[in-house]
Amino acid sequence: MRIFDPHIHMTSRTTDDYEAMHAAGVRALVEPAFWLGQPRTSAASFLDYFDALIGWEPFRAAQFGIRHHCTIALNPKEANDPRCTEVLRHLPRYLAKDGVVAVGEIGYDSMTPAEDHAFAAQLQLAVVHELPALVHSPHRDKAAGVDRTLAVVRESGIAPERVVVDHLNEVTVKQVADSGCWMGFSIYPDTKMDEHRMVAVLREYGTERILVNSAADWGRSDPLKTRRTADAMLAAGFSADDVDQVLWRNPVAFYGQSGRLELDDVEAPGTGATFEGNSVLRGARAEV
Amino acid sequence: MTPDALRTALAGRTTEEGERWLDAACTAVAADPAAVRALFPAAGRRCGRGPLHLAEPYGWTVDDAVRALLLAALPLTGTALHTELTELYRTGDAAERRAVLRALPLLPVGDDALPLVHDALRTNDTRLVAAALGDYATHHLDAAAYRQGVLKCVFTGIPLAALPGLPDRADAELARMMSAFAAERTAAGRPVPADIQPVLARFPEIPVPTATARREA
Repeated sequence: MRIFDPHIHMTSRTTDDYEAMHAAGVRALVEPAFWLGQPRTSAASFLDYFDALIGWEPFRAAQFGIRHHCTIALNPKEANDPRCTEVLRHLPRYLAKDGVVAVGEIGYDSMTPAEDHAFAAQLQLAVVHELPALVHSPHRDKAAGVDRTLAVVRESGIAPERVVVDHLNEVTVKQVADSGCWMGFSIYPDTKMDEHRMVAVLREYGTERILVNSAADWGRSDPLKTRRTADAMLAAGFSADDVDQVLWRNPVAFYGQSGRLELDDVEAPGTGATFEGNSVLRGARAEV
Repeated sequence: MTPDALRTALAGRTTEEGERWLDAACTAVAADPAAVRALFPAAGRRCGRGPLHLAEPYGWTVDDAVRALLLAALPLTGTALHTELTELYRTGDAAERRAVLRALPLLPVGDDALPLVHDALRTNDTRLVAAALGDYATHHLDAAAYRQGVLKCVFTGIPLAALPGLPDRADAELARMMSAFAAERTAAGRPVPADIQPVLARFPEIPVPTATARREA
């Protein structure tokens, strides 16, 4: 089974997680730029973080046989801190990088005017840089937040098929399904969304335009929730091809719209199919 | 490595479209040096990222060569060149930084680019560490930093054959450090990488630890 986790914050995870993910079938992932628990107080703090997302973290992932891509943005929570908003000025040069496959996470946290501004400005950056957008939906007042999110997306002129609205649940999925945007679901160990409820959503809405992620970060979370969802799908009677669509082909199709996904060495059946030096060049350990 | 040698090596390693992109990009950079800022990150997407020489997985890549040619096309010298180069490195992803490091011997920068080499040697990214210890470091890096860099290669598994400065830049102090490293490894019951032998062999007066030495200790 091959798995692509379209949303996971590896910066906060250990090498044990990378090993367990690889053993579970994870071969590729996207790490969205987000907040770190401890609030940042300057734009420079973001730049070091972004540099890690296009430098050190892909190197770390490659050592465990996992391809790492990222999304770059000023997140909605820190968009409210005037000490941080200067980072918007620096985003264009990151959005030109090879490993950056979308603008994100953008969207709403508390639905403030500052968040309105950062969200709209960054959707325009996605249009200009021909990148998809990863949109975080607020955990508080979610249904109203998703409505407002979809209105801003429509107003921006970005094509809905280039947008994923994430962290959806049973209450918010229909609005997004009707909008033409992709539907993202984060599977948590606690109550927000679990793998069995996810299976029920897949039964109702089908397997098209749906992304399933672990959203694992520094909070209580499980980087193997993608695999648990795959297992729950199989147990519920979905086919292996359905699982492959949701957990591999869908994220490849969505982020592939960037033209920057690099999966040649992980998609090939068996490592012998590509020149072995490729993985070394990307940071994998040379065979000693 | 010279620009001509890079051009020759690139033939057949990139597509015709890639070659056309490179020619146009070099022309654009020669006319307006600021154009390099947008072209530099796109080199891998446009021209490829595979190894330039198939037998050298730690050697130059296609995108390294393309980026080095872009830098060689810059009509800049002195402070202006140093500023542009530093900015490209500072704002670059890992592949762009590696290319800047590789290109240094092609550029009229004297010792001015040493801070970039030191920055790369502070990382734990083996691609950057290996690139930092290329021909530029061989000719410009001070002995203490060069020795630490070599030792870092040994610790992180970068083959010393990838370092053009060895064994010529090896000195007695490096041999002593290698010997001490071998003693630690031997004491731990771990293998000692064979590629430190050419360095040790140059300094026969430096004692080389063996399994016997471990028992004596």
